[in-house]
Amino acid sequence: MGIRFILMVNKQGQTRLAQYYENLTLEERRALEGEIVRKCLARNEQQCSFVEHRNYKIVYRRYASLFFLVGVDNDENELAILEFIHLLVETMDRHFGNVCELDIMFHLEKAHFMLEEMVMNGCIVETSKSNILSPIQLMEKSS
Amino acid sequence: MNPFSSGTRLRDMIRAIRACKTAAEERAVIRKECAAIRAAIDENDHDYRHRNLAKLMFIHMLGYPTHFGQMECLKLIASSGFPEKRIGYLGLMLLLDERQEVLMLVTNSLKQDLNHSNQYIVGLALCALGNICSAEMARDLAPEVERLLQFRDPNIRKKAALCSIRIIRKVPDLAENFVNPAASLLKEKHHGVMITGVQLCTELCKHSPEALEYFRKKSTEAIVKTLKDLVNSPYAPEYDIAGITDPFLHIRMLKFLRVLGQGDADASDCMNDILAQVATKTESNKNAGNAILYECVETIMSIEDSGGLRVLAINILGRFLSNRDNNIRYVALNMLMKAITVDGQAVQRHRTTILECVKDSDASIRKRALELVYLLVNESNVKPLTKELIEYLEVADQEFKGDLTAKICSIVAKYSPEKIWYIDQMLKVLSEAGNFVKDEVWHALIVVISNASDLHGYTVRALYRAFQISSEQESLVRVAVWCIGEYGDMLVNNIGMLDIEDPIVVTEADAVDIVDTAIKRHDSDLTTKAMAMIALLKLSSRFPSCSERINHLIAQYKGSLVLELQQRSIEFNSIIASHQNMKSVLVERMPVLDEATFIGKRAGNIPASLSTSNGAAISLPNGVSKSAAPLVDLLDLSSEDVPVPSSSGSDFIQDLLGLDLAAAPEQPGSNFAPKSGTDVLLDLLSIGTTPPVQNTASATDILSNQEKSPTSQLDGLSSLSPLSASKFPAAVSAPTIDLLGGLAPNVASADENGSVHPSIVAYESGSLRITFDFSKTAGSPQTTLIHATFKNLSPNIYSNFIFQAAVPKFLQLHLDPASGSTLPGSGNGSITQKLRVTNNQHGKKHLVMRLRIAYKVDDKDILEEGQVSNFPRNL
Repeated sequence: MGIRFILMVNKQGQTRLAQYYENLTLEERRALEGEIVRKCLARNEQQCSFVEHRNYKIVYRRYASLFFLVGVDNDENELAILEFIHLLVETMDRHFGNVCELDIMFHLEKAHFMLEEMVMNGCIVETSKSNILSPIQLMEKSS
Repeated sequence: MNPFSSGTRLRDMIRAIRACKTAAEERAVIRKECAAIRAAIDENDHDYRHRNLAKLMFIHMLGYPTHFGQMECLKLIASSGFPEKRIGYLGLMLLLDERQEVLMLVTNSLKQDLNHSNQYIVGLALCALGNICSAEMARDLAPEVERLLQFRDPNIRKKAALCSIRIIRKVPDLAENFVNPAASLLKEKHHGVMITGVQLCTELCKHSPEALEYFRKKSTEAIVKTLKDLVNSPYAPEYDIAGITDPFLHIRMLKFLRVLGQGDADASDCMNDILAQVATKTESNKNAGNAILYECVETIMSIEDSGGLRVLAINILGRFLSNRDNNIRYVALNMLMKAITVDGQAVQRHRTTILECVKDSDASIRKRALELVYLLVNESNVKPLTKELIEYLEVADQEFKGDLTAKICSIVAKYSPEKIWYIDQMLKVLSEAGNFVKDEVWHALIVVISNASDLHGYTVRALYRAFQISSEQESLVRVAVWCIGEYGDMLVNNIGMLDIEDPIVVTEADAVDIVDTAIKRHDSDLTTKAMAMIALLKLSSRFPSCSERINHLIAQYKGSLVLELQQRSIEFNSIIASHQNMKSVLVERMPVLDEATFIGKRAGNIPASLSTSNGAAISLPNGVSKSAAPLVDLLDLSSEDVPVPSSSGSDFIQDLLGLDLAAAPEQPGSNFAPKSGTDVLLDLLSIGTTPPVQNTASATDILSNQEKSPTSQLDGLSSLSPLSASKFPAAVSAPTIDLLGGLAPNVASADENGSVHPSIVAYESGSLRITFDFSKTAGSPQTTLIHATFKNLSPNIYSNFIFQAAVPKFLQLHLDPASGSTLPGSGNGSITQKLRVTNNQHGKKHLVMRLRIAYKVDDKDILEEGQVSNFPRNL
């Protein structure tokens, strides 16, 4: 049920963040990422944001040079996932201030912390940006 | 001190990796880093443990192995500081998975942290548990999680709820413990708790019917009320998206209502109003609103019917379908697939729009639309829909043609109202996208053509025309070549003209031209060329005027480097050159192919065909290389359908009987005249033979009455070879074998030294006698050398004498070339041939062999067969 993986990939197809909610071996991940990225990056702006691949449905959205790709089950609401990607980006924006590829690269663990507050085991935990960010800000303050 | 801001080395590593120009450079950097981290791990370095783990997570993300860092996660989790724990848990979730034994070790730390006084640490532990817990951990820690569902801080309760989902997925038995606490989560006001609580309840309903029943009764109204409050709630900045408060919560609740309403009229009734309100009031100009509408439509379609709502839902889908946003159209198509089972009529109304979507430039939309069209087809609309799809096939993208072709073929095969329409459509598809058509599809077409006897002429002419235009489509070429081979005469003479056809003038030479083109196309593959070769053979008999040219064409492949073509060329050439008398029978039109058998075989009901499994048992005749399979290929499809006579049930016997001859020994004394087109090899070899001398049925009966063990049954079979039965009456031959059998143990020791074995008469008919002399080479008791001598007792000379032998699988047979191929009459000479038999089950099983002898007398082909089972026992 729900989200099976979340990927952030740059224009060149390099993975910048990967979070899986199911067990895949390293080789399976590499293969899957390669296939999906090739498929999604080849599509143009007018085409829809959904791609079917193997038994996943990929919902993707592009923000400047960064692609957000979310793999979901077949019975998941694609439009809601699209909205969720946007929420994720807004949350990161609020924290990093206009988030970019480098923010995520150099603060990989923080991006993961945010994601952890939003998604657990493929289900949505929290949709309020301040609720998502408060534990992270608390940690920053204390250190 | 924040480990990440101070530790410049992590940044350095990332910079170094970014600076890499090639994958090889990157690997080198990673290798160096990993080596350093391993060294730090070995030294049990405390200060940089978290930094090393952060590096490992980056390396892991790039797709390199990081298993050596797993224990470091556990150490960090066990430490007391929050930042260490934080990074330790993150590493645990990223680097480990539940299959690792390391997980066993973490259970204790998790338990401690779930009971920690710091709620953030409790939250970390819950999150980790929710992401990675195994069934064992679920059992161990379920009580802690259950308790945390009532924790004072909502941020812990929401995580505990999702953690519970993981637990009941791993151990469904635990579901009942969670029903009550989950129900109380639904009453909360905190959005995080509500959204997770609703998801937990949905999951519980999936695993436990009791839970579903409980929530239906206790919570339906509550959820409906909560949803109503949410829909009507005033602006809430923290959750607002495009004017809607928390669309994610909307969607999860609609999902939960769907589960509650499905199959329950009361619950469905209860939610009617709110669904109608959501469906009508939600703004559809923003993505968030559409996401809710989409979910709402699905819920309306799934719950128990109440007419008005369904109309509302279908209308929303209609609006979606005509939306200019591709995302919206995509989900509309997706939802119409589900709606079709509920209200097919309503979906049919959108047929034209859906057909347009099949032609969209977006592959995702095309794929959805095509699948939907496939579901929309029925008997009444198959013709216009197929027409549209085939027209589109002409302009479709190359990568879409495969899918499209498969679907069209499937639709045409499934709903075709008449054969002529089926053939027409298939020819169109073959002409447009023949290269995408799967083998079983054109096989099926040939079966249909073969069965439509009144359309043979029409079809072959249509194929002739199609070939002129689309000769680059492989499967069209194959079907055309097959039909021209079979029905070439109808093509030339305009036989079976239908009213709708324009007459065409095709000469015999034109028809041969087609096959000529097919065989010479540089991109024709082996199958096509081989089929063309057969078509040529068939045409040579149908068109005597072109016979010379055809012979020349076939002969060109005598030197082909492809064995299959070379062999066919040589065989067919010899049929044309020296077997004129049997050619016309041989190349007769194929008997009508059996549709039922073909369909059955496609379904995989028929076991592996006889011909291929036994083909190998046919040994080399006179040392000339020749496999049996291609002969069977000669008439392709039907040859595999030879029924296995039920009486020859034992595998042992089947092994003995070569190829399709299975039927022959079961019909003692019957002549081998062709029975049907199926016994191909039999036909090929036996046409024109004088039937072997009839064996009397009574003799067989006597023999079969004595049959007890499998071997004595074989004895019986062997004496069926007509004259040996008369010369050695059953009463005599059986004791002889007994005698030999009795000797066996005594001879066995002598055998080891390569002793001499008595010669036997292996086969004797009115005019032919075959004797076997045996010898053994010292040191290999398994191998027997047989010196066969053939003697002709008739006054006539035998020419083209060919001796063949077959043995069961446990034997290996090698034939040396024969000493000659002409056998003078009246016993005035002989041919000899050496055979080498290796018995893989020496001492357990005895030699047996089946013989076939072919020769020519006065230009007539004769075939004789027999079985040798009177071999000395210990060979």
